[in-house]
Amino acid sequence: MTLTIVVLALTLLAATWAVMTGGLIRAVLGLAATSILLTILMFMLGAGLAAVFELSVCAGLITVVFISSISMTQIAAKSDSAKWARGHLRHYWPLPLILVATGAIVAFFCLKLPIELPPPAESVDAKGMLWESRQTDLLGQALALFAGVFGVIVLFKEKEK
Amino acid sequence: MPPMDALVVMKTYWIFIVPLAVAGIYCLVATRNFIRVLIGLEIMTKAVTLLIVVSGYASGRLALAQALVVTLIVVEVVVISVAAGIVQGIFHLNDSLDIRKSRNMKG
Repeated sequence: MTLTIVVLALTLLAATWAVMTGGLIRAVLGLAATSILLTILMFMLGAGLAAVFELSVCAGLITVVFISSISMTQIAAKSDSAKWARGHLRHYWPLPLILVATGAIVAFFCLKLPIELPPPAESVDAKGMLWESRQTDLLGQALALFAGVFGVIVLFKEKEK
Repeated sequence: MPPMDALVVMKTYWIFIVPLAVAGIYCLVATRNFIRVLIGLEIMTKAVTLLIVVSGYASGRLALAQALVVTLIVVEVVVISVAAGIVQGIFHLNDSLDIRKSRNMKG
């Protein structure tokens, strides 16, 4: 349990750093660190399949998408970050206080909440659940990917001369 | 009844998940940079992902939770990719990533 609390605290710390840090690249690296720590938490909860997806897609692919976006808009990013660095902490100094206060409030109410968990369902592995019980989800995923690919093609289409 | 320990684990996670979501919301509200808006959105999605997994763990339906998380991750990737493309388009239009300079998008 102590290890879980340490990893959870590190996850929150990495996310806070991603929000508060001055440079965009550092913010994206903070986000990647958050994803990696989330992967560790998922493994600790026994959600191996979701953890692998989180690690490869969120910590890998999305970081690459962010970094290529930043490098393609580098001129603006540089000038914005120079301006941003000056007044950056002015915008974000209340964040750690807000996070601590939120955590304290949730902890206070969590202890009082009368939660009853349902009885555990019959055990099915994640692969069986995804391919046998949630087939429509897979169809939805395929359609979402198609929509995404089509959207990117439309956005990057060259204008006709 | 599920073991008491699952409830304790879930409540412990909640104490960190809610501030994680709040950090994402704060990033969305306070920033003026388009890429940081996406970072805020990502942080909020991470909080939701963790909430689904821990709920699945506590209720003994981890397989269902994992199936939902995989769907969520796919949708997340699509949203971020398209949003990054839109940010590129806005940058080419305005030569800036500043939200305040994108008033010409209205209407």
